Amino acid sequence: MIRFMKYIWIYALISGLVLLPGIYSLIIYGVKPSVDFTGGSVVEVKIQTPIEKTTIEEMVKSQKIPSVSIQKQDNATYLFRMGKVSEEQITEFLKTLQTKSEKPIDILRNDTIGPILGSELLFKSVIASLFAVVAILLYVAYAFKDIKSGVSAVLALIHDVLVVFGSFSLFGYFFGVEVDTLFMTAFLTTMSFSVHDTIVIFDRIREYRKRSPNANFSEVIDVALTETMGRSLINSFTIIFMLLALVLMGGETVRWFAVALLIGTITGTYSSPFVATPILLLWNRLEEKKKRR
Amino acid sequence: MKQTKKVFSILVILAIVLIFFDLPSPPSIDTKIFGIHIKKDFKTRLGLDLAGGTQLTLEADMVTIPQADRKDSLESAKQVIERRVNFFGVSEPVIQSVMSADVYRIIVELPGVTNTDEAITLVGQTAQLEFREFTQIAESTASAMIANTKSVGISGRDLKKATLQFNTQTGEPEVSIQFTPDGAKKFAEVTKRLIGLPLAIFLDDIVVMAPRVSTEIADGQGVITGSFTVDEAKQLSIQLNAGALPVPVKIIEKRTIGATLGADSVNKSIRAGVIGLGLVAAFMIVQYGWLGMLADIALLMYGLITLFLYRFIPVTLTLPGIAGFILSIGMAVDSNILIFSRYKEEFRRGKPWQIAMELGFGKAWESIRDANFTTIITSIILFNPGNWSFLPTSGLVRGFAATLFLGVVTSLFTGIVVTRTLIRMFYHGPKAAFQGRQV
Repeated sequence: MIRFMKYIWIYALISGLVLLPGIYSLIIYGVKPSVDFTGGSVVEVKIQTPIEKTTIEEMVKSQKIPSVSIQKQDNATYLFRMGKVSEEQITEFLKTLQTKSEKPIDILRNDTIGPILGSELLFKSVIASLFAVVAILLYVAYAFKDIKSGVSAVLALIHDVLVVFGSFSLFGYFFGVEVDTLFMTAFLTTMSFSVHDTIVIFDRIREYRKRSPNANFSEVIDVALTETMGRSLINSFTIIFMLLALVLMGGETVRWFAVALLIGTITGTYSSPFVATPILLLWNRLEEKKKRR
Repeated sequence: MKQTKKVFSILVILAIVLIFFDLPSPPSIDTKIFGIHIKKDFKTRLGLDLAGGTQLTLEADMVTIPQADRKDSLESAKQVIERRVNFFGVSEPVIQSVMSADVYRIIVELPGVTNTDEAITLVGQTAQLEFREFTQIAESTASAMIANTKSVGISGRDLKKATLQFNTQTGEPEVSIQFTPDGAKKFAEVTKRLIGLPLAIFLDDIVVMAPRVSTEIADGQGVITGSFTVDEAKQLSIQLNAGALPVPVKIIEKRTIGATLGADSVNKSIRAGVIGLGLVAAFMIVQYGWLGMLADIALLMYGLITLFLYRFIPVTLTLPGIAGFILSIGMAVDSNILIFSRYKEEFRRGKPWQIAMELGFGKAWESIRDANFTTIITSIILFNPGNWSFLPTSGLVRGFAATLFLGVVTSLFTGIVVTRTLIRMFYHGPKAAFQGRQV
């Protein structure tokens, strides 16, 4: 048996070190919303004959395309993010781009999203998350006949959500990574992940408490954690393998989606024994103290 | 043991059948069994982000249209777009209307169409209803075409409403049309002039019908009869309304994915999936030896079942959908890991391995159920089966949710039923090395 619960301060320290930069960045820089939220156009073009970036920049300027950002993906692919432009403007833009290139250009992506949809997506994501949190809270509370377990699991979930958002705020600041529909999906999945492991541990704690009702609660937790740790790690490894494969080889389109899921999996695995369980223990201690008085 | 053998043979047969349906060139069933006609294509459906194509979201401007008619108008607009798209020859288009509180939308998916201008002109224009007469009376027995007819000056703007009704005498379905006062005047003139001659009705330059005028129609009410089925008559009334009530539509979202990006994504995802799968399989063998091998076989079965379900339901695979599938492979072995860990624990406590194994299955079940339940909840919320307007309705998110949901449910079956059967058949206790392992 490993005395996990002796080192609660270490877990608090680790969580703090991970959370603080993320939260700081979230407050100062926020996240970088994609056109899915802001509305606007994204055009991705593969150009066979290399064109100077300055030439393209001049072209964009002369065509009066508003708030455009040009990003070179790899040696031949360009990503243009634009503000509110008309379909004609984009067609015109692509035509001029074609004249600058000798070989035919390949339009990989051409998206235009109206501003209404952006605020709608934000609203829907918030509602969906609230739904998920309430459903999970209710389910855990029901399964364990104990509101404390439910609240602890959800606090760990909030911890994980903050880690994922914080990381993407930092990624946004340093690498220009944007938060889009897929990110919102990954973030919702993280929520279910986070609780997945917590339930396995709480389940074990419940079992041992039934078996030896007089044992010290922190010892019960230590036994339960010692026994579930191997399984938690092995299980997370299999998920991490799959996600790493996606991050490294899945291509540009799903890369950051997979990164978000990967961070979610790692923090979800960590938070179950080292955030949710300590909260449950501390809460129990607090209650016992009150009772003694 | 007899029971186990029976289950095992069922599983083997199931696997063979599934392999048949999961072949790269999928079979299609078109046969009659006991008089029931069964026709189904088993092929993987790829979403626009993988196959390439354009998705348009149109919002109908209902300001000028009375509340009661809005639903019909949206339906008419959808029909018009459907007809245009079909006429245009786009294969397997998907056209849906989305309606909630104050929002009336049409989502149009056009696989293979990457020229956005073309797509927008295709769906963005409003419907045109037109009444035409033959230019030469002699030709009036021929079928009506734009070339041999000319407009009588009545169009959709003159039509107030078209409704489905049933003939009071014959009981046959027919379509009644009602003109605006202005239209009624014009219609009276035209029908008076064309008694005994055909008057062709065109929608977007395609002839719908060319009924013969029997009497002058002066009250602005007309009836289009023919040997319609109820559905046909309803369809026609919808189409006529579409011409009469052209809802102005606005494109609020447009997504175009070129075919090359899609194909590239598919290849990369498949490669990532295969490598990840290999890693997971190897990891399981390293961790659990022969037991891990059996879990891997169950994992193969898992793959066969999910692919079959994708084709059977069918699930439209999107890139996030594939990511969801790859993710679910990682999660599919979870139940096995839980069971095996439990088994090892019980075994170390000194129980005979057979009993330890059954205890492992029994005790792990509760955690497996509870843990997977939350993932199921989340995937249902993301999929939004009730099509609630306050939850996400994006196709990308849905693709992910669908594969995640199917993955979790299937893994419950393979992780428990399949693995258990395989273990009962092929596992003969731990090797000496494992037996000696102590905590």
